[in-house]
Amino acid sequence: MATKTNGNGNGKGKIAESVSNVMTEKVHGGQVWSSIFRPGSVFRKGYSDSPRNRAYTVMNSVLYHLHPVKVKRHAVKVSYTLCLGGVSFFLFILLTVTGIFLMFVYRPTAANAYQDIQALQTQVAFGLLVRNLHRWGAHLMTFTVFLHMARVFYHGAYKPPREFNWVVGVILLVLTLMLAFTGYLLPWDQLALWAVTVGTNMIGFTPVFGDQVRFILLGSNEIGPNTLLRWYTLHVLMFPFILVIFLAIHFWRVRKDGGISGPL
Amino acid sequence: MVDIPEHLLKRSKDAKGKAGGAADAPADAPEPEEAAGAAEASEADAPAAAESSGIPAHLLARSKAARSKGGDEGDDAGGATKAATATKTPPAKAAPAAKPAAAGAGPARTQRLLAVVKAGSIQTTKKDPVDKVNVWPHLLVEEFVALLLVTAFLMVFSVLLSAPLQDQANPNLTPNPSKAPWYFLGLQELLTMFHPMVAGVTIPGIGIFALLAVPYIDRNPATKPSERKFAIAIFTFFLIYWSVLVMFGVFFRGPGFNFVWPWADGIFFDF
Repeated sequence: MATKTNGNGNGKGKIAESVSNVMTEKVHGGQVWSSIFRPGSVFRKGYSDSPRNRAYTVMNSVLYHLHPVKVKRHAVKVSYTLCLGGVSFFLFILLTVTGIFLMFVYRPTAANAYQDIQALQTQVAFGLLVRNLHRWGAHLMTFTVFLHMARVFYHGAYKPPREFNWVVGVILLVLTLMLAFTGYLLPWDQLALWAVTVGTNMIGFTPVFGDQVRFILLGSNEIGPNTLLRWYTLHVLMFPFILVIFLAIHFWRVRKDGGISGPL
Repeated sequence: MVDIPEHLLKRSKDAKGKAGGAADAPADAPEPEEAAGAAEASEADAPAAAESSGIPAHLLARSKAARSKGGDEGDDAGGATKAATATKTPPAKAAPAAKPAAAGAGPARTQRLLAVVKAGSIQTTKKDPVDKVNVWPHLLVEEFVALLLVTAFLMVFSVLLSAPLQDQANPNLTPNPSKAPWYFLGLQELLTMFHPMVAGVTIPGIGIFALLAVPYIDRNPATKPSERKFAIAIFTFFLIYWSVLVMFGVFFRGPGFNFVWPWADGIFFDF
């Protein structure tokens, strides 16, 4: 085919062309578009790849809160970090999103919880998939946080000036475990009930105030409806809230302590 | 071609215009000018002064031109004499030319010398150049790919394998065995060896405290693995020890939390 025709000969090609012209001139060049994307954004009209624009892309976006304009060359090697910290953070976001969807269906009462999970799996569109994503994502996050800690240890990345960020990291690890553990009870099936029973029985052996701590956590002497409501609140509100605060400190200290550690 | 933002172009144009205007009238500007006794300095001294004081010849020439233009006006500048005394002055003859006095020919402007600082005593910040790359695109593209891979992996995993959902919770029916979530199975394993207080409180407490204190215990500044063999050895030991405990709890514990062979009796574990 030497000439481009659209077959019906009524000039549709021209219309498509003018539509795309309007897109670039009126939309991409318009005030609304350029007010959304700051100078240097890759979405701006006429973005060109230059060292200056590469810097602007980060500097003029919200990403600048997370990343500097430049990082040490070894930091972008996948073999150095294995992306473990970033993946943990991403899993946290994914768990937040899927968790919000689960909250639309789930009621944290002994009478409803189990039935809601069943209804979610059998009657809600993609309900089973979202629940699976949340469950496996949670296990994976626990695992990646563990691995992230090991990676940091083997690189000696906790050494001055990064001592405190390691401490924040350990707090984040504990919070991750607490989030995973509180979430474990919520399906309110036999697995959940007895896994949590085994876990919380140990707390009772804390000397001096063990029973009191256990009572506060369970809302009663045994796991029951009070525990479910209590752990639900901890799981969807309190622990994520605390975790986000420590995450912010963690990321901020990475930057303040001179970026990523190394090279070895 | 890089497109330069409009406001930067305007700024540079303004600056250029200002610089051009100043260059037109060098005599009006507060250039180095004599403060007192200017007239005495003869023309012949100028080259000598330039040599001894290290002032460029063209500045001396300019100051001379200004001097011949309006000699006495400089006398009014009170601050200028102070500056002259504060500055290390070469021989008296050369002094007039050497003074970076502040007297302008126009409205009276005074400048004061606040301090004389030795060369080199000003703090210089020196940063060794580091090999760096731009976050965009190098790091961001990598992160994006990592996120896609994790998402894809989780999606496939979730489609193929469903989360467990056993019978409704029943406090009167204890399943055998009852196992903690996998991340606490190591602790449950410790329960078989120690008193519950030791296994459930003391050991995990010490463990978390030790983890928190790691950077303050390990005083060795080295980061190379070959120079911190002990730290790596002890951490690896605990890591493996913990993994073995968890694995043991997952695969080798059956009814009554007794030892089983997973290939013979099956796996008594649910995620």
